Amino acid sequence: MQGGMRPIELGSRHGTDPLDARQRRYGRRGFLLLVAGGLSSLAWAGSASRLLSPLTSAGSQLLGNQLPVGGWRIYTISGTMPLLDPSSWRLEIDGLVNRPRSLSYDELTALPKAEQVSSFHCVTGWTVHNVQWAGVRFQQLLDLVQPLPEATAVRFVSAERPYEDSLTLDQLRLPDAMLAYEMGGQPLSRPHGAPARVVLPEMYGYKGVKWLTRMELVRRQPAGYWEQNGYDQDAWVGRSNGYHS
Amino acid sequence: MATTPSVRRLARFSRTERALHWIHASAFLVLLVSGLCLYLPTLAQLIGRRPLLKDIHVYTALAWVGALALVLLSGDRRRLLATAREIDRFDADDLAWLQRRRAPQGRFNAGQKINAIVTAAFAVLFAVTGFFLWYGERNHAFRLQNALIVHDWLMYVSFFLLLGHLYLSLIHPSTRHSLSAITRGWVREDWARRHHSKWVEQLRQGGEA
Repeated sequence: MQGGMRPIELGSRHGTDPLDARQRRYGRRGFLLLVAGGLSSLAWAGSASRLLSPLTSAGSQLLGNQLPVGGWRIYTISGTMPLLDPSSWRLEIDGLVNRPRSLSYDELTALPKAEQVSSFHCVTGWTVHNVQWAGVRFQQLLDLVQPLPEATAVRFVSAERPYEDSLTLDQLRLPDAMLAYEMGGQPLSRPHGAPARVVLPEMYGYKGVKWLTRMELVRRQPAGYWEQNGYDQDAWVGRSNGYHS
Repeated sequence: MATTPSVRRLARFSRTERALHWIHASAFLVLLVSGLCLYLPTLAQLIGRRPLLKDIHVYTALAWVGALALVLLSGDRRRLLATAREIDRFDADDLAWLQRRRAPQGRFNAGQKINAIVTAAFAVLFAVTGFFLWYGERNHAFRLQNALIVHDWLMYVSFFLLLGHLYLSLIHPSTRHSLSAITRGWVREDWARRHHSKWVEQLRQGGEA
């Protein structure tokens, strides 16, 4: 307490006064309206965000795409993102196969190139539409190594330890599943999993292992990193992980 | 009252009020910085260490809620209730002030009342959406598709509110003396007469009563 200060309990005297005829209780009304509006937006924010997305993504582009508005968020599980040099990077394809292979970046990109435009859905609620991917279909890679009859799935291992996930051979044969090495016409960037990552638009992004270093053909699907943390093995968009379409 | 120094000082914010303000302010800054490191792709790439930042963000949020609750339990609740009543009530002078007309203001001017109301409502919404984001990751029954978007929007609006708040409290020459109220608890009487004349009047009547 400072010298010269008047020892008056202000506020309490004023506050306990009965409501003056000229006063309006706008404060509590405003508070309740904001809270109610905010809670209700849990139901409509997604639609509003999609409606506004041309506007907000234009704003984000003005700022050099620094804001992930209508765009990507980069999730990692370790201290830093792996930095892989394409000239020394190898993709090991082994496990239950007749002919294990170790592919270089040049060997991978020399395979028949597939291109697609698809949406990317994250299980945390964001989506990026019209992503332009290029890479190889998994059938090309499976033909190279010739899976044994007992192989049913592929375990994908990331350079970002201990990230891994898996997909069944049937899922890998979906027409829009690919091992991507280009995005938007450019070689995959480091945040997106350079030099190569798994893309399966019909499943949430955690199935799309980035910074891929190994594909192991296995008899049964193991639980991947997020599956060990309670996420669904089959991560179909809109009908898994607690979502219902 | 005893003899006074050259300038009289008026008590504006109690210890409880100042504690609430600074807990909220410091937690908000840590949450904003750690949140942006998780949210902005460039920062995420530059800084990495996502698991650590996520822990900082979550535990700061828990500490924020806990500390606010502690102050509410142990602080001067009568005074806080009185403050809430002041902020709740808008009179004709407040409405005139909001229409940029000159009007005498109480301890809080109408803009400060609105700022307090928005801040309190956003605190609730940040906590609710943040809870769903955190707990939904563990129990998928609590996963809400839009919680992330609402949490982001709250951040954008709060960020610009914070810029305005910092401008008025640190830079704008005529208002920045109010910083003294939230740090030391008091303001100079001559300043209060210019900005909060109705409050000074109430103090005078209260003192004489």
